[in-house]
Amino acid sequence: METLITLLVGVLVMVGVYLLLSKEMLRVILGTAILSHAIHLLLLTMGGLKKGDVPLLHETAAEYTDALPQALILTAIVISFAVTAFLLVLAYRVYQESGRGPELRGHQDE
Amino acid sequence: MNNLLVLPMILPVLMGVILVLFRPYIRVQRVLSLLTMVLSAGVAAYCLEYIRRTGIMRLDFGDWLPPHGILFVGDSFAMLLVLAACVVSSIILLYAFVTTGIETEKMFFYPFFLFLVAGVNGSFLTGDLFNLFVCFEVMLLASYVLLTLGGRKMQLKEGITYVLINVLASWFFLLGIAYLYGTVGTLNMAHIAVRVAEAGQGPLLTLISIVFLIVFSLKAGLLLYFWLPGSYAAPPTAVAALFGALLTKVGIYALYRMFTLIFIHDPLVFKMIGVLAVVTMIGGCLGAIAYGDIRQIVSYNVIISVGFVLTGLAISTTTAFQGASYYLVHDMASKALLFLLAGTVVHLTGRSKFDEISGLIRNYPLVGWLFFLTMLAVAGIPPLSGFIGKVYIGLGAIETGSYLLLAVAFISGIGVLYSLLRIFLNSFWGETTISEDDQVSFKKALGLPLVLLAMLVVGMGIGAELLSPYIQDATNTLANPEQYIRAVLDNDLK
Repeated sequence: METLITLLVGVLVMVGVYLLLSKEMLRVILGTAILSHAIHLLLLTMGGLKKGDVPLLHETAAEYTDALPQALILTAIVISFAVTAFLLVLAYRVYQESGRGPELRGHQDE
Repeated sequence: MNNLLVLPMILPVLMGVILVLFRPYIRVQRVLSLLTMVLSAGVAAYCLEYIRRTGIMRLDFGDWLPPHGILFVGDSFAMLLVLAACVVSSIILLYAFVTTGIETEKMFFYPFFLFLVAGVNGSFLTGDLFNLFVCFEVMLLASYVLLTLGGRKMQLKEGITYVLINVLASWFFLLGIAYLYGTVGTLNMAHIAVRVAEAGQGPLLTLISIVFLIVFSLKAGLLLYFWLPGSYAAPPTAVAALFGALLTKVGIYALYRMFTLIFIHDPLVFKMIGVLAVVTMIGGCLGAIAYGDIRQIVSYNVIISVGFVLTGLAISTTTAFQGASYYLVHDMASKALLFLLAGTVVHLTGRSKFDEISGLIRNYPLVGWLFFLTMLAVAGIPPLSGFIGKVYIGLGAIETGSYLLLAVAFISGIGVLYSLLRIFLNSFWGETTISEDDQVSFKKALGLPLVLLAMLVVGMGIGAELLSPYIQDATNTLANPEQYIRAVLDNDLK
C-alpha cells in the first residue's frame, strides 16, 4: 500500500513540476496546488498507512493509528489554501494592472 | 514564570487581530502597535536576563510534557535574536509612521507588520520542527502582503517571484519534515537530536539534513539568493528595512539550530556549508559592485553578510559561534539602518542610481554622516558593532586552520566597504547639484529612527562588554547541544 501511494506521490510531483515550469501564471498556480497535495499524501504515507485501530489510546489498546500526520496535514492544507488564494488574487491584480493575461517572462527591462 | 516566554509571539498576534477592528483610526493603530513592540522588547530583555541567571526556559503548551506536545524553548541565542528583532522593528515602526502613506496604512499595514514580527519571534522560540514551519508561514504570508501592499507594478512583479520561490521552499520544508518523521518518528527538535545521535547519522539522515540545508538556504539567501535583491528593492523603505533586518536572519537561525543541535555528526555537511558561504560571499560582492542602483547594492550587502555569518557555522567552534552571535545581532541593527538610509536618499532625491546623485552632504549633512558611520560599522571598523563579530569569526577560522574561509570572509569585507564607499563618494561628496531652494525638506521625525539605530550600532560596539555575558551564554548552548536537550527532555527539572 505504501509503495502504491508513494508512486502516486511521484506522479503528482511530476505533474506539478511540469505545470510549474510553464509560462502561464494560472498553470503555475495550479502546479503549486498539485505539489502541495503530493506533499500531504507523502506526509500521510510517512506516518504509516492503516496500522490498525482508531487513533484513540486507552489502557488496553494494542493497536492504534498515528494521529500526528493527520494533524500536520490539516495545518498544511489550511496554509496551502491561504497561499493559493493569495497567489490567485495577486495574479488577478497583475492582470488588472497590465491589461493582459499574467504571463511569467524573463526580465524585459534589462 | 515560564509563561512569559510566549509573550513576544502572542502579544503581536493578539494586537494585530485587535487592530484589524480599528481600521479607520490610524493614530490608535500607530500608538498601539508601537506599544506592543516596545512591550515585547521589554519582555524579551527580562527573559534574556532570567535565562542567564537560571538556565534555559521552557513552556509546554497545554502541559503536554515533551516530546508529546508543542513547546517553546527560550535559550539565550534565540532570546537574544528575539530582543534584537523587537528593538529593531520598533525603530522601523517609527520610520514607517512618517513615510507610509495614509492609503497604505488603512490597508491593514500595522496588523501585517505585527503578524510578521510574531512569525519571526515564534520561529526563534519554538522547539518543535512542525511548529517552526507554521511560524515560517505566518511570517511569510505577512511578508507577501507587505511586499505587494500598494500594488505598484514593480511590487506585483517581484511579488509573484517572491511568493512562488517561497511556496517551493515551504514544499521542500514539508518534504524534509515528512522524511524526518518517517525516519526518526518525532518532531520535537531535542528529541530528534537524541534519536539521531542514538541511530548515528547515516547516509539517509545526512540526505535529509541536506534537504533542510536547501530549504533554509533558500530562506536565508545562502547561495540560492537570486530572488533576494529584486524583492528587497521593490517594497517601500520601511518594509524593505524590515525584510533586510529580519527575514534572512530567521533562515540563518534555523540553519544554526539544525546544524548545532541535530545534524552535528557528519563533517561533510559543514564542508558544504563552507563552500556555499564562500560562493555566496563572492556572488554578493560581485552583485554589490556591479549594480548602480542604491537599493540593489544594499540588498547585495545582505547576501554578503549571510555568507559571512554562515562561515561561523562552517567553522563550528566556540569562538566562531561567539562571533556569529555578535555579528547576527549587529547585522539586524546595521542592515535596518542601511536600508532606511538608502530609502531616505532615494526618497529625498527621487533617483535611485548613485551616479545621478551628487553632493548630498551639503543638503542633508545628517544623512550623509549617518551613512558614513553605517558604512564603517558594516565593514567592521572598530569600535563599531561589526568589529567584534568579525574578529571572533576570524579567530575561529585560524583555530581550525580554515584559511580559505578566513581570506574570503575578510576580502568580502573590502567588497562591502568598496560598494558603499562608491555610493558615499559619488552621492554625498562632489558638486552639490540640488540648490537649497529646490531641496525636499528633511522631516525631523525621519531623523529620529535613523539616529536611534545609529546609537544602537555605536552602543553595541562600545558597550560590547555589557552584551558579552549574554553572548557567552548563547555560545555555550550552541557549542554544547546536550544543555538544550537536557532542558527540554528532563521533565524533573520543571
